[in-house]
Amino acid sequence: MAIEVRIPTILRTYTGGEKAVAAEGANLAALIDDLESNHPGIKERLIENGDLRRFVNVYVNDEDVRFIGGLEATLGDGDQVVVLPAVAGGAR
Amino acid sequence: MARFDNLLESVGGTPLVGLPRLSESVGGGTDVRIWAKLEDRNPTGSIKDRPALRMIEQAEKDGLLRPGCTILEPTSGNTGISLAMAAKLKGYRLVCVMPENTSEERRQLLNMWGAEIYSSPAAGGSNEAVRVAKGMAAEHPDWVMLYQYGNPANALAHEEGTAPEILADLPSITHFVAGLGTTGTLMGVSRYFRAAKPDVRIVAAEPRYGELVYGLRNLDEGFVPELYDETLIDSRFSVGPRDAVRRVRELLELEGIFAGISTGAILHAALGQAAKAVKAGETADIAFVVADGGWKYLSTGAYEGTIDEAEDRLEGQLWA
Repeated sequence: MAIEVRIPTILRTYTGGEKAVAAEGANLAALIDDLESNHPGIKERLIENGDLRRFVNVYVNDEDVRFIGGLEATLGDGDQVVVLPAVAGGAR
Repeated sequence: MARFDNLLESVGGTPLVGLPRLSESVGGGTDVRIWAKLEDRNPTGSIKDRPALRMIEQAEKDGLLRPGCTILEPTSGNTGISLAMAAKLKGYRLVCVMPENTSEERRQLLNMWGAEIYSSPAAGGSNEAVRVAKGMAAEHPDWVMLYQYGNPANALAHEEGTAPEILADLPSITHFVAGLGTTGTLMGVSRYFRAAKPDVRIVAAEPRYGELVYGLRNLDEGFVPELYDETLIDSRFSVGPRDAVRRVRELLELEGIFAGISTGAILHAALGQAAKAVKAGETADIAFVVADGGWKYLSTGAYEGTIDEAEDRLEGQLWA
């Protein structure tokens, strides 16, 4: 089961500069553990005290995981996961 | 009501317009309908007239603002334009802090209404504009920063205005979809519906920019508006420039509405909800916000050429 994970610029030091990497997992927590096994150190940048860090947003097929189960959000083959820093937005 | 004592009195009361062709395009039409709340019909052409006026009125009520005072605000566009209009009519000076990579039209508009502009570095986006403005506020204690990201009057404008207007026009509403920026629209509208019609689903559409915008952002120095309360939202979608451009063009092509690019992102999320309802065989009345018209974004190139070309042109721009 391959899931594409898009990595923000700031975390590409852990992925050898790769913008996107493949990972596996039945849910987000398992996916992040799998990421960690191939890219050591990345988990700590995403998770704090057992939950997603406040300024880290993760989307599964464009939907914010915080509204579909958080770390328990289920994943399937072909899903796309995007990791992004929280920003203030543009035209306000 | 179509007659007002002055321009400020005419803020709000915008039309809710059905979108039959777009509804049909996702398999809806009678059971699943999409409705556009045309906030571009406000005096300066955007939804921001509502919170701008409400924040100024609240500051006046609280004794913070007196004629001749200086208002300071981190804003890359619509809020600044709304504040500039209200400030001009009420006799305040306005200083706006905005990222240097925002569109030329917006700068010209702010200048026209008499606002002074301070540019913040493009690399930090609006986060950086907020940081710079906070620094300037500390240097000028006599200036009043309304601070749309944390000012409860921002959300109240929607709780007391936008939301009850929509419910009056669409009592059968099932979903409300809006953009997530300051979060004021979604927070205020949600608070109203959670009390008045709790089964209404509140859906956020968040613009996803190109890598240049996020590029230098440290994950520990992100920004979440103080107004944001996650429990008031049911779903949140990230929408990239490609889908936003595609949808904003469909809105013009199928329904004749010329909207700004961020509205394309909101419509994309609304259509997603519509498709989901059709698939589940449910009835749905989905209201979404047309935040502003497309005029201010013509120079971005979003409305010309192919979608690929438009997507390329938006790379690195704060298009919403």
